[in-house]
Amino acid sequence: MVTLGDYLMVSGILFTIGFAGVMLRRNIIIILMALELMLNAANLSLVAFSRFQIDPTGAPNYNAQVFVFFIITVAAAEVAVGLAIVVALFRLRQTTHVEDINTLKF
Amino acid sequence: MTFTTNSSLPWVILLLPFGSAVVITLFTRRWKNISAFISVTAVLGSFLCSCAIFTQLDISAPELTWIDIHGVLNVPIGFVLDDLSRLMLLVVSGVGALIHIYSLGYMRDDEGKSRYFAALSLFMFAMLGIVLANNFVMMFIFWELVGFTSYLLIGHWFERDAAADAAKKAFLTTRVGDFGFMIGILMVWMATGSVVFDDVLAHLSKITSNPGYLTIAALLIFCGAVGKSAQFPLHVWLPDAMEGPTPVSALIHAATMVAAGVYLLVRVAFLIQASQTALLVIAWIGTITALLGGLMATQQSDIKRILAYSTISQLGYMFMAVGLVSNEAAIFHLFTHAFFKALLFLAAGSIIVSLHHEQNIWKMGGLAPKLKVTFATFAIGALALIGCPPFSGFFSKDAILALAYGRNLPIFGIGLMTAFLTAFYVSRAVIVAFFGKPRSDAARKGTESPLVMVIPLLVLAILAFIAGLEPVARNFVVVPHENETALTVPALAVLSLIFGVGLAVWLYRNREHEPLHVDLIRRRFYIDEFYEWLINRIQERLARIAAFFDRWVIDAGAVRGTSGGTFGIGSLLRLFQVGNLQAYAFLFGLGIVALIYFTIFR
Repeated sequence: MVTLGDYLMVSGILFTIGFAGVMLRRNIIIILMALELMLNAANLSLVAFSRFQIDPTGAPNYNAQVFVFFIITVAAAEVAVGLAIVVALFRLRQTTHVEDINTLKF
Repeated sequence: MTFTTNSSLPWVILLLPFGSAVVITLFTRRWKNISAFISVTAVLGSFLCSCAIFTQLDISAPELTWIDIHGVLNVPIGFVLDDLSRLMLLVVSGVGALIHIYSLGYMRDDEGKSRYFAALSLFMFAMLGIVLANNFVMMFIFWELVGFTSYLLIGHWFERDAAADAAKKAFLTTRVGDFGFMIGILMVWMATGSVVFDDVLAHLSKITSNPGYLTIAALLIFCGAVGKSAQFPLHVWLPDAMEGPTPVSALIHAATMVAAGVYLLVRVAFLIQASQTALLVIAWIGTITALLGGLMATQQSDIKRILAYSTISQLGYMFMAVGLVSNEAAIFHLFTHAFFKALLFLAAGSIIVSLHHEQNIWKMGGLAPKLKVTFATFAIGALALIGCPPFSGFFSKDAILALAYGRNLPIFGIGLMTAFLTAFYVSRAVIVAFFGKPRSDAARKGTESPLVMVIPLLVLAILAFIAGLEPVARNFVVVPHENETALTVPALAVLSLIFGVGLAVWLYRNREHEPLHVDLIRRRFYIDEFYEWLINRIQERLARIAAFFDRWVIDAGAVRGTSGGTFGIGSLLRLFQVGNLQAYAFLFGLGIVALIYFTIFR
């Protein structure tokens, strides 16, 4: 029997992998992908919560699923904007490495 | 209910000189004679309006609301028009007008004639404001304005160091007293909730219920009078103020401004007379001042300084009268003194001009035949000052002495002593300056002053002669009567007068040099030296402490500390701005973890 804890475990592992990717990788595109991973980890845990909170009529709690749709939509928009920025950046600097983009400081 | 006429004449009186000062300063500075003409016209206008008001008994002027914080503070710009202020209006504008005319002659060739007349007009405005004010705040404002114009006029010849220093000294010394005056006003306002004289009088019981508080408030107000009227211990500025032009000395430092202190005390007499202690202090301060002023005058050799000390001494008499609860006597003496002292100063000014600004009496001598009119008028002024019957000074001084005789014998003794000293030093000045042989080239060549200066002298001489005679005086002031001492006091006064004059004649007849040398008196009892020491010791140290506090606590601590702290923290925070996106993301994640930790586990 798969429990809520198992789902959360998988979600946590995915989130950590995503966070590690954001922290450690140097390529912006990879970082964006890792970000997507983190968002989807959150989605997974939300769906698990929905599945495991059954009200007396037998229906799951749809609130969490609405949240997931919302996140997917925002993530799509985010990727569109993010990739556009990356393309613009690449045109300007001929690079997608974060170490080369460090002028935003005092 | 008496019928009261509403009239805007007081406004005209007050604003004419002000308008003149404004016009001269803004437009006619370059045309000296026009400036002088405007100023003289304005003061004559004020004088005529004052005359018109003087005969109208029930008169009131429209009032202007200036500050009105409902129920807390109400400061109108309103006028009080009782007998006292009408008399003062007449004296101030009358003597002022004569001195303006005299100034036409005295300041004939002065570079700063426009400036002089502008300041003189401003002074008339301020002085009339004091006289007319119906509340403490308005009076205080004009009071300060008078101090300021006095500063301007003493320092008229500011290129001379002595004049500039004297102006500063006068301003600062009177400020000391004014500070007390201000606190006194605040105390009265705190207790009664009003600054208008009539309201304070109506709520007097609120303040008399606490005698200690009342005494302190009365004495603080008295402080202001001490400063302006040059009473001991704040008298030191008046002799130095003689550095100003002589008409200024006559107007401000003899006839009007210094008498403002007496006027103030009479105006708030209802307050002062509620406290026996305050009255006693005032009487004794007046007495001490009268004696000290008289003593110090005996060893001066500058003719204007002699007159300055005699002014201090005569003002002491007036304070004595106020302290002995007789406003009538004080005002009577103020009235006569204004004429004869202005006369003496103007006559002295006439001598000074004809001797090309020589003020030392030991460099004069033998002037009587050359400056006949000046001598005659000076002699009339001198006779009035020493209280020789039937000149005006005799009556007013006699009234004060009779008062003292009836109420306080020690004060009477000192008053009599002062009368003797007065006779002595005035006779000394007259003998040394006018008789004997001329002791300098200037004195040998002296000639009579121009007509424009002589006429005011003659007018003032007539006034100084008749102002004390009862048929004349009672039209203007309440002539006090102390019947129980019908003959003793006048007899004693005349006796001391004869002794004084006799001693002076015996000592100073045909002398070439000062035969007496009393260092203590010549150095003015070392009071100036004492103040210098006091200022060096105490004020200097306080200033040092304040400077230290300012430099190290305010500047270094509060101001630079704040800016430096902000700057330091800023540069510390700058270390976190590495520019690396992942570092930011890491710190961001760390922050989230910390937030979760604190919200859940704490």
